[in-house]
Amino acid sequence: MSENRYAHPEYLVETAWVAEHLNDPSIRLVESNEDPLLYETGHIPGAVKVDWFTTLQHPLRRDFIDQSEFEALCSQLGISNDTTVVFYGDKHNWFACYAFWLFAYYGHVHLKIMNGGRAKWVAEGRPLTKDIPSYPPTQYRAKSPDASIRAFRDEVFRHMEQKLPLIDVRSPQEYSGELLHMPGYPQEGAQRGGHIPGAVNIPWAQAVNPENSTFKSPDELRTLFQNHGITPDKEIIAYCRIGERSSLTWFVLKYLLGYPKVKNYDGSWTEWGNLVNAPIEK
Amino acid sequence: MDQSTSLPPRLAEILDDFALSDRQEKMELLLEFSAGLLPIPAGLVEPIGQPEPVPECMTPVTVYSHDQQGRLRFYFEIPPEAPTIRGYAAIIQQGLWDATPEEVLCIPDDFYLSMGLHHILSPQRLNGLIAIIGHVKRLAARALASSSSTHPTNL
Repeated sequence: MSENRYAHPEYLVETAWVAEHLNDPSIRLVESNEDPLLYETGHIPGAVKVDWFTTLQHPLRRDFIDQSEFEALCSQLGISNDTTVVFYGDKHNWFACYAFWLFAYYGHVHLKIMNGGRAKWVAEGRPLTKDIPSYPPTQYRAKSPDASIRAFRDEVFRHMEQKLPLIDVRSPQEYSGELLHMPGYPQEGAQRGGHIPGAVNIPWAQAVNPENSTFKSPDELRTLFQNHGITPDKEIIAYCRIGERSSLTWFVLKYLLGYPKVKNYDGSWTEWGNLVNAPIEK
Repeated sequence: MDQSTSLPPRLAEILDDFALSDRQEKMELLLEFSAGLLPIPAGLVEPIGQPEPVPECMTPVTVYSHDQQGRLRFYFEIPPEAPTIRGYAAIIQQGLWDATPEEVLCIPDDFYLSMGLHHILSPQRLNGLIAIIGHVKRLAARALASSSSTHPTNL
């Protein structure tokens, strides 16, 4: 195998591939953005929308929709168990990876990310439409949640105590504790600033090319993580503020670099930085 | 709605429209507002100025106020790929069109609650919106204190 090749390239498709498969009934395009209205201003023809806040989150408790709600969502979006779901979105595919991660959590098999996301599709002058498609409902059966890709706080605690690798993918200012939260965003903040002891700081956006939102080359990615001691033989947990940026890092490690044991800690700093008595490093 | 009495009439009207809408209608309304955000009139603002560095998940927003004999008009510079923020800015723009600085300063910071925006937007979004009204008020306070006609500020 060539060194400069992604470990699982079948999880990534290019915009040109998507353009050629717009009318393929075995494929469902799903747009997942940070901005909840961006889809309505125009999206790839045939694409459906999920919103991380109103669609993927549980309406009451801090958690994702449960298994039966996930089944209902897939049915409503016309996604069957054998559908190939291709995610794309704004902000370098940040929330596309978050949606991908949730689909993986409920055991959906055929998943892909469109490299470059919405920005690249638009920059290439490819078609957008405001038409909202509708598909016949399906009989979707989700699997039980895949615990191997999601970390809860107790596990993170043990991980930290065993000095296993943790990646903090937030900005250096958040990592150092200089910023408790994004300026002006106190509701998503935490009581304390800093990072989980032992965590290395690899800001998530370092994995993408800023000019076109595509992922960096396998060699560049490998170097980026290995330079911080993040190697494939280890169990790794990634986190950020609410688990959205770290889902992109999780995707990169698991599918582009083929690291077998990577989890996303979606509680992230908004949980850890508020936990009474939790150790913190600055 | 009690607070409507202290709000400029157009803003009160918009808030009522939102309050009476269901979730889906709120999204549609916000999208309509987003399409109606007025651009900065040519010649109104000199150089746009260098926006402050913006942390990665924040939308870069710049607010300007135009003072016409004590009546304010607000203009916003917001990228097209941020329709939610544009929609909210358009509500402020229309709702406070020709308002006096005093009227602007009287708006409750949590006026979005009566619109029910917290049902459709994440806390992070709401904080961005609160930040915008904060900057609008700062411009209003400056307009009160100064007679200069154009005041840019950065978010």
